[in-house]
Amino acid sequence: MAKITYVSHDGTERTVEAKNGESVMEAAIKNSIPGIDADCGGACACATCHVYVDEAFLDKAGTQEEMEKSMLDFAENVRPNSRLSCQIKVSDALDGLRVSTPESQH
Amino acid sequence: MDLSGAKRIVIVGAGQAAAQAVQSLRQGGYAGELTIVGDETALPYQRPPLSKAYMKGEMAEERLYFRPAAWYEDNKIDVMLGSRVTSLDRAARIVHIEHGAELPYDALILATGSRPRKLPCQGADLTGVHDLRTLSDVERIRPQMVEGRRMVIIGAGYIGLEAAAVARTMGLDVTVLEMAPRVLARVTSPVMSEFYAAEHTAKGVKILTSTALSHLEGKDGQISAAVLADGTQLPADIVLVGIGILPNEELAKEAGIACSNGILTDRDGRTSDPHVFAAGDCASRPLVHYGRTGRLESVHNAIEQGKLVAAAILGQPRPAEDCPWFWSDQYDLKLQIAGLSTDYDTIVVRGDPETRKFAAFYIRNGTLIAVDAVNSPPEFLASKKLIMTGAKIAPEVLSDTSIPMKDIAAKAAA
Repeated sequence: MAKITYVSHDGTERTVEAKNGESVMEAAIKNSIPGIDADCGGACACATCHVYVDEAFLDKAGTQEEMEKSMLDFAENVRPNSRLSCQIKVSDALDGLRVSTPESQH
Repeated sequence: MDLSGAKRIVIVGAGQAAAQAVQSLRQGGYAGELTIVGDETALPYQRPPLSKAYMKGEMAEERLYFRPAAWYEDNKIDVMLGSRVTSLDRAARIVHIEHGAELPYDALILATGSRPRKLPCQGADLTGVHDLRTLSDVERIRPQMVEGRRMVIIGAGYIGLEAAAVARTMGLDVTVLEMAPRVLARVTSPVMSEFYAAEHTAKGVKILTSTALSHLEGKDGQISAAVLADGTQLPADIVLVGIGILPNEELAKEAGIACSNGILTDRDGRTSDPHVFAAGDCASRPLVHYGRTGRLESVHNAIEQGKLVAAAILGQPRPAEDCPWFWSDQYDLKLQIAGLSTDYDTIVVRGDPETRKFAAFYIRNGTLIAVDAVNSPPEFLASKKLIMTGAKIAPEVLSDTSIPMKDIAAKAAA
């Protein structure tokens, strides 16, 4: 289990409990967090679950695989802490994670 | 017609388009009654993994569902599962459900989806012969996917080939039958067909193209063989049928709503009855980037039409219409498709298929209309945008892998 806080573009914060093994994207969708579309459902096919990961958690969130890297390269407003949330697996180590969502996923 | 005062919205169908429509309606501020009526017994779930990760056993069932049951309760959405709608009374605006239930509506969304085309031959109803469309189909198929068993797949479309990849990975003996001279003939170019046929063959799948099925044979009601038109017997323990889908348009048709290979809609998803909308596989819609009408069988289409319909009912601005896109996972190959390649006059291949990382661009009259990108997200994502702007790009630029896609896209946009 991990508590994850999603910060939307307008600064609204919501904290949810995420289960180990699910993705940061899935936890968002199940809790109706706005700002994450995840059209493909987590297949790393659409790049519509872009988030910015709190710097303190960047290492714990794991490394980007080639596929994710090249998908992100085409997302809008990419920053060094950009990730696709479908590729971040929840674990106890991510307890307290904060991610923020971009203004638009398209 | 202004429906923004609607107090009762009914959605027939409980797939991806329905799931998106209820979410967009609630997100858009709709506070009235909202009911989903579906004939399957499961809450709305994702279908793509059924022939991919879920079939392989790499994804728990729980992860297929768009939302947990509590979400529907929290959002005051009444979900009637296992319920079949029998007819529509458009004059009285009532949906009739089997066993006599009735649901009145101010706005109705038909998200009835599609159904697998049935094999038109003897033996199609034998035990061990399966469609691959619903969660319950996969529940029946999976226990039979045991190493060494013989699986015959009828139809080399995306569903058939994805299932072949899963079955082969699980150690089954797999044969794919295809009537056309090449795999994926209906949906893509010879370049892609050749690549995927070679991949499957290398993995040990037997692919028989230009091959017609005569009938299926069984023993004690259980499938035992597929018999080809030339008399060849292919022993089979399990048969999967993937020969296309048909839109579930009958409900609309019988109610007098205009249909033509799908329920006809305008850009907002509105049918010939201003109180009735259609979304997803069942709908035939204007394809704004292509200047024609068509039916799309895809996640993108279900999501987009779900959003369009919700906005139209609420009287909100029309959401942007994206370039159609699709994906297919086979083995470790991720195919991402943007656009519709029908009617292309030129193909440009970028990269070497031998490296299993390449893209085929489709051009008509100098304009980029589609791309098939294998393990190549930049080619896919750049093309998605370029197709929407009607970009004209020289073939020799597209095929030059020394120029990054990002630069090609930036130049075309300038």
